[in-house]
Amino acid sequence: MTDIVAFNHVVKRYPGGKMALDGVSLRLARGEMAFLTGHSGAGKSTLMKLIGLIERPTRGQVVINGTDLATVRRRQIPRYRQRLGLIFQSYNLLFDRTVFDNVALPLVIRGLGHADIARRVRAALDTVGLLSHERKFPVTLSGGEQQRVGIARAVVDRPYLLLADEPTGNLDPALSADIMRLFTRLNETGTSIMIATHAIDLVQRMGHRRIALDHGHLEAG
Amino acid sequence: MAEQRRGRDGRRPSQRQRIPTLAAPAQGWLGAHARCLIEALGRMHRRWVASLLTVFVIGITLALPTGLYVLVKNLDTLSTSWQGTVQASLYLDDDVSVERGRTLARRLDARDTIDGAEYVSAEEGLETFREASGFGDALDALPSNPLPAVVVVTPDADMTRAAVGELVDTLRGETGVARAELDQAWLERLFAILSLIERAAWVIGLLLSAAVVFIVGNTIRLDIENRREEIEVMKLLGASDAFIRRPFLYSGVWYGLSGAVVALILLGGCFVALAGPLGTLTRSYDGALDLVGLGWSGGFALLATGIALGWCGCALTVNRRLADIEPR
Ligand SMILES: Nc1ncnc2c1ncn2[C@@H]1O[C@H](COP(=O)(O)OP(=O)(O)OP(=O)(O)O)[C@@H](O)[C@H]1O
Ligand SMILES: [Mg+2]
Repeated sequence: MTDIVAFNHVVKRYPGGKMALDGVSLRLARGEMAFLTGHSGAGKSTLMKLIGLIERPTRGQVVINGTDLATVRRRQIPRYRQRLGLIFQSYNLLFDRTVFDNVALPLVIRGLGHADIARRVRAALDTVGLLSHERKFPVTLSGGEQQRVGIARAVVDRPYLLLADEPTGNLDPALSADIMRLFTRLNETGTSIMIATHAIDLVQRMGHRRIALDHGHLEAG
Repeated sequence: MAEQRRGRDGRRPSQRQRIPTLAAPAQGWLGAHARCLIEALGRMHRRWVASLLTVFVIGITLALPTGLYVLVKNLDTLSTSWQGTVQASLYLDDDVSVERGRTLARRLDARDTIDGAEYVSAEEGLETFREASGFGDALDALPSNPLPAVVVVTPDADMTRAAVGELVDTLRGETGVARAELDQAWLERLFAILSLIERAAWVIGLLLSAAVVFIVGNTIRLDIENRREEIEVMKLLGASDAFIRRPFLYSGVWYGLSGAVVALILLGGCFVALAGPLGTLTRSYDGALDLVGLGWSGGFALLATGIALGWCGCALTVNRRLADIEPR
């Protein structure tokens, strides 16, 4: 129960026959921050999709915050996802809405009142240092700024677990370090965080735990 | 940051607790719906050319059966105003005496369903015909009177067409009556045609309602396809199907409602355009005819129908489409 994430012998085989995860068992303690590394195709995104219930495991058990995900039915998925903070590269900001509205989306979905939403959105934007940009549209922001808006959106509802799939994907090293420091700060306020990344040198410098995947197998961690 | 927030919350605990427990749920629910209604309008506004075209097509589709309905309603009042002049002729058998004929006429006259019944003997009939036709000499040449005696029956003015028909059928069964006929057989035919048009209006109305459902459904389908990415993001953030569906349903409502408004405007235009010639026609009937429009209730019914069809078109599409879209 103290673990926020627990994988027990998880196997994920995609319909095409591709073995993405092959018997993975791992734990992430509450309040812990870990980097998920591995070559392209190692299964990093797959692992995160299993946690986000975007995919279901072929075999094995995934327990998140004490809930066995096999017991979460399709209708209960929205409620489950509301408690997670997900940052996926392919799911970006909505470009026809302002920065404020983008960050507010999880709170609007939860049905919070206006005043509550405004207060929390401003706090989240303040955290990522974009408070002065709330009225702008995403297209007018740089890649790094957009990424930070995405992070603000993920943390605005204070998730117990934050998942980020290559959050520094196409950012230069300085910006990447910036973003990673932001995650560290969020982690210091108590959020458990798992970040998939290719930036191994950055990970080594940060000194957090590293979970390495190799062809669907766990390497170290 | 979080520390600071906690501190600020801590300073006003009572205020923070009162607002969410009482006001927020109701306000939140109503507010959410109002927001969706406005948001749906905003979406339509953003692609206003396409929306306007859709609304126009829906408007024309709704205007057609409604116009037909108004036409039938007018023809109906027209035909009832003519019905007052309907008479039925009962042709009596040759062996019925004048005395028995008069008795029959008096007996029929006493009935509730009959306004008047007048006995016209064969001789009187011949006399009238001679005067009216001018065939006097030719008639003189005939060896005997070819006309039968007749009882002319005027049915009660308030009776429906069907009741008049039934009355004539029963009169046909009276002893001494050889044949019974409605004088204005053409009116009978008009009634038949009218009921045919009425039936056709219903059928066309049903078909075109289905068309509106399909038009709205297709528009919403394209709308959903265009917003695929947005829907995926919303699902990833934990939005329920109901939450995502709501603005689309409201789009459907807006399409239906605006379509109905366009239909009302089109019909109003037709009414104005036809008012001139119809006015002339009405005056020729000494104002006995009052043109009827859709009226308030009809107008509201049209708006309600538009909303209902828009909602249906959307509801039939949106569930299936949304279920197909999942984050990958
Ligand atoms: N939807 C899918 N259907 C079939 N195969 C898939 C699917 N998604 C991923 N795979 C396969 O599963 C394996 C693991 O993919 P995954 O996306 O988890 O890798 P990754 O570690 O995230 O790689 P990258 O660093 O390139 O993002 C890959 O070989 C990929 O081809
Ligand atoms: Mg990946």
